[in-house]
Amino acid sequence: MKACGKVHKYGDNVDTDVIIPARYLNSSNMEELAQHCMEDIDIDFAKNVKKGDIMVAKANFGCGSSREHAPASIKATGISCVIAKSFARIFYRNAINIGLPIIECEEASEKIEAGDEVEIDFDSGIITNKTKGETYQGQSFPEFLIKIINSNGLLNSLK
Amino acid sequence: MAMTMTQKILAAHAGLDEVKAGQLIMADLDLVLGNDVTTPVAINEFNKAGFSGIFNKDKITMVMDHFTPNKDIKAAQQCKQCREFASKYDITHYYDVGDVGIEHALLPEKGLVVPGDAVIGADSHTCTYGALGAFSTGVGSTDMCAGMAAGKTWFKVPSAIKFNIVGKLPKYSSAKDVILHIIGKIGVDGALYRSMEFMGEGLKNLTMEDRLCMANMAIEAGAKNGIFAVDEVTKEYLKGRTDREYKVYEADADAEYDEEYTIDLSTIKPTVAFPHLPENARTFDDIPEIKIDQVVIGSCTNGRIEDLRAAAEILKGKRVASHVRCIVIPATQNIYLTAMKEGLLEIFIESGCAVSAPTCGPCLGGHMGILAAGEKAVATTNRNFVGRMGHPESEVYLASPYVAAASAVAGRIAQPADVM
Ligand code: SF4
Repeated sequence: MKACGKVHKYGDNVDTDVIIPARYLNSSNMEELAQHCMEDIDIDFAKNVKKGDIMVAKANFGCGSSREHAPASIKATGISCVIAKSFARIFYRNAINIGLPIIECEEASEKIEAGDEVEIDFDSGIITNKTKGETYQGQSFPEFLIKIINSNGLLNSLK
Repeated sequence: MAMTMTQKILAAHAGLDEVKAGQLIMADLDLVLGNDVTTPVAINEFNKAGFSGIFNKDKITMVMDHFTPNKDIKAAQQCKQCREFASKYDITHYYDVGDVGIEHALLPEKGLVVPGDAVIGADSHTCTYGALGAFSTGVGSTDMCAGMAAGKTWFKVPSAIKFNIVGKLPKYSSAKDVILHIIGKIGVDGALYRSMEFMGEGLKNLTMEDRLCMANMAIEAGAKNGIFAVDEVTKEYLKGRTDREYKVYEADADAEYDEEYTIDLSTIKPTVAFPHLPENARTFDDIPEIKIDQVVIGSCTNGRIEDLRAAAEILKGKRVASHVRCIVIPATQNIYLTAMKEGLLEIFIESGCAVSAPTCGPCLGGHMGILAAGEKAVATTNRNFVGRMGHPESEVYLASPYVAAASAVAGRIAQPADVM
């Protein structure tokens, strides 16, 4: 399984309130929420993002609320993978449970810049920065989690 | 192998003699919680997946607290969806307007969590119940759905940080100051993926309400859970609330902790967390004059009766500054009623506060006190992220009920000593 796309880059402690502000949570329609994804820190994100694009951030991505709307709205924008130095734990769980691939990799989180073209191989955890001609070794998933992601989420994997 | 409190509870719920940090386990659950924001997502998933039923109607609870009384049509639809699901599956602990309170104040009050339980909730502050010596952690809606259907979920067994509590809090210092101090020290990811375990001889000086407030904010340090050793205070609190048998788990004397801190309560001063992260904790030696527009006293962190008593102690016989809107929200109906009987509501209203029915309301920028661009609020809530209480250019300063009430009177961020 692979992902490939252009990078949208963010900093440390991107919290769930900026990923999807609570003022929109009277809806649980993810397509609708995707229109507002990241808007408090990147007003043009929803407009610019293309299917397959990759999000890269620094430490503690997704901290704050347990709202699954956060990874789900990111997934609904078409983002194919989020790379960060580290993830907040509920976000990490939620992302896996809904089938949004995420990878922890400090080197990638530091070296990849906005606009870079990046490819990720989930089985090996290898991240290739095509723009810069660099590769980084990300953490690969245990089988348990690959199964959940491949079945597009926890519930499908239970079936 | 020696285990922490958390590890022992997880091992017991996974049917294992021992577990170690990093191990992936499947654990049985004693309670699965959702609210009006997260439950609809779980219900959609439940229906999509085509599950035939729920695992146990007494072990699922739904609390309509975030946008209630319904703030708009969409919120009303979400509650309706939960109400219909709860009724279809005959869910015992469904709470709606009239008997609802903020989930993390309500569940302990109703005796729904006891020591040794394993609890998940589709709300990040589910870690609150660690105050009762339970393993309790926030999850997402998909986890809630799988939990409702199967009564189990997966966990990665956490390592832990130990907090050895000693001493006693000075007057006007509170549990909120302790936890802000700790988060200021270790940072918003200081306990990422790990447990925060609180023990030590100073615990006896912390009431159950103090512990609930501290465990509530464990997630603000990134922790998977916060948990307090069970003692007489815990047992006393549980009396009359539950007749469930419970098991007390103690950490082994040689349990391994990643880090250990000693927290001397007697050194804790009134503390304020500056925007836009709970780790930006400052004491009053380091706070300039900051004029404020709003004060919120409430939430699952500090909307309990002791919090209202603390605020009333400061506000009694004084007036809220004319340019400040002070909103007081008792966290549950029972707290509301007690505050009424004790004359606290009278004190609030006479001093110029608005008092509301229990709701999360402004805490998450939902309703009942949203901030405009450039406005500043002192709140007893737990998060001060960008846009948390309204406009992305508004600011939230987190503090204790004492500091919030003193700030309401002073019209700027102030400590009790400034107005008493
Ligand atoms: S009071 Fe605030 S933090 Fe607590 S459950 Fe409600 S929205 Fe969440």
